[in-house]
Amino acid sequence: MNDARATAVLTVEGVRKAFGDTVVLDGIDFEVAPGEVVALIGPSGSGKSTLLRCLNLLEQVDDGRVLLAGDDITDPRVDVDAVRARFGVVFQQYNLFPHLSVLDNVTLALRTVHRVSRVEAERRGLELLGRIGLADHARRHPDGLSGGQQQRAAIVRALAIEPQVLLLDEITSALDPELVGEVLDLVRELAHTTTIVMATHELAFARDVATTLLFLDGGVIVERGGPEMLDAPREERTRAFLSRFRG
Amino acid sequence: MFAAAIWLLVINTPGWDAVRRSFLSPDTFVAALPRVWDGFLLNLRVLVVAAIAVAIVGTLVAVVRTLRGPVFFPLRALAAGYTDLFRGLPLIIVLYVVGFGLPGLRITEVRVPAEVWGTIALVLTYSAYVGEVIRGGIEAVHPSQMLAARSLGLSRGQALRRVVMPQAVRKMTPALMNDLVSMQKDVGLISVLGAVDAVRAAQIETARAFDFTPYVVAGLLFVLLAIPTIRLTDWYAARLRRREQSGAAL
Ligand SMILES: Nc1ncnc2c1ncn2[C@@H]1O[C@H](COP(=O)(O)OP(=O)(O)OP(=O)(O)O)[C@@H](O)[C@H]1O
Ligand SMILES: [Mg+2]
Repeated sequence: MNDARATAVLTVEGVRKAFGDTVVLDGIDFEVAPGEVVALIGPSGSGKSTLLRCLNLLEQVDDGRVLLAGDDITDPRVDVDAVRARFGVVFQQYNLFPHLSVLDNVTLALRTVHRVSRVEAERRGLELLGRIGLADHARRHPDGLSGGQQQRAAIVRALAIEPQVLLLDEITSALDPELVGEVLDLVRELAHTTTIVMATHELAFARDVATTLLFLDGGVIVERGGPEMLDAPREERTRAFLSRFRG
Repeated sequence: MFAAAIWLLVINTPGWDAVRRSFLSPDTFVAALPRVWDGFLLNLRVLVVAAIAVAIVGTLVAVVRTLRGPVFFPLRALAAGYTDLFRGLPLIIVLYVVGFGLPGLRITEVRVPAEVWGTIALVLTYSAYVGEVIRGGIEAVHPSQMLAARSLGLSRGQALRRVVMPQAVRKMTPALMNDLVSMQKDVGLISVLGAVDAVRAAQIETARAFDFTPYVVAGLLFVLLAIPTIRLTDWYAARLRRREQSGAAL
């Protein structure tokens, strides 16, 4: 095992994924160092969500490997549930469980997967909710919260299991514009202490928070770089995508 | 008001006195009550056993029908065929086939009582209905709920038990309670197999007393049994509606 791999939290090697005849991912390689914030950008249908789902094994890769802290998690013999518990995931919408209180949402995995006692799980859950100002809403059900509050609670739920990597998939795109800010602020704050891979259409936010940007198109990473990539893209396709985006 | 008008109309019909004598005779009522009540207890026993069995078989059928993947195709097809068949067949025909056909096979040496065959027929028919209701409930829960649960590290079983089923149960409870109400009535049909339940007992008493009051006794018992369930169904449906309208917490 070489040094880069030893220090990387996540290593993606030659990942391919097709649905029937549609090749969605056609050889994806990248590494994520601890504390890094990686933003996946690219046109709709370029495979950002598929890539995130391959990482936490909601999809099976057709070819290639994914290493999490050195462990090959694409090995067929791996304990899928145990691997998933090492990732925190927040989707675009329908995240929270509507029949459970916000606190029970946050503590469910701790109690059922990690066998933490209810008392201890609730203590941790309340502390996390308190940090984002939602402690007063802990006993409410999700539909009593605003969309922004719900997404923040979903992020806290993902963090409660102390994941090694947080995966965020367009977590603000289903929100009313005035609610986007509070969610992005929370991610911005987490970015200092958490390793994050996120798919996003919020380019300004990506420039602000991401340490690395990956531009996906046609199943491959067309261009990668720091935030400056958004101002001075090297590749023609990146330039075309960015100019279309800015209108 | 309307009911009172109908009532007046009925009691002024020329045949009213005769009908009242043969359907609402107090003496026959009192005389028939003990035996009809005994029969009714049999209905209750059949109901309890059948309801438990239906809950188990119905859940199995529903889970089999929601299994994905080509390996499960034969099982899935079997469950689908079963559901179509028994949702289409009138219960009375199932009762005759099970109650008079199966004993002819002489599977056991001992004589199996009629109410057992009746219970089996009820379970076969109602499991098909209930299986469909449960399947509908499971499928009404958005698939992303399963994904969200799995990505937290919950196993498929844990996700079903803790996340999908509780939401599904809420969605299907009104329909299940309606099925329970109709099953409460349909347990009376086991009398066609000769089981001495409330209906059969009323028939015997009627033959003895030469009036139909025992049927009124049996009918009254069935209605009294149904009312709590009907009220509960209404109450629950209203509560669900209120919650959906207010979007409020449980
Ligand atoms: N389960 C699936 N079965 C078949 N095709 C799928 C499936 N999931 C995704 N796809 C296809 O894969 C391609 C990539 O989809 P994906 O959702 O990963 O794109 P995306 O980059 O996340 O797009 P968006 O920006 O719109 O979210 C699309 O063409 C989509 O239709
Ligand atoms: Mg997507």
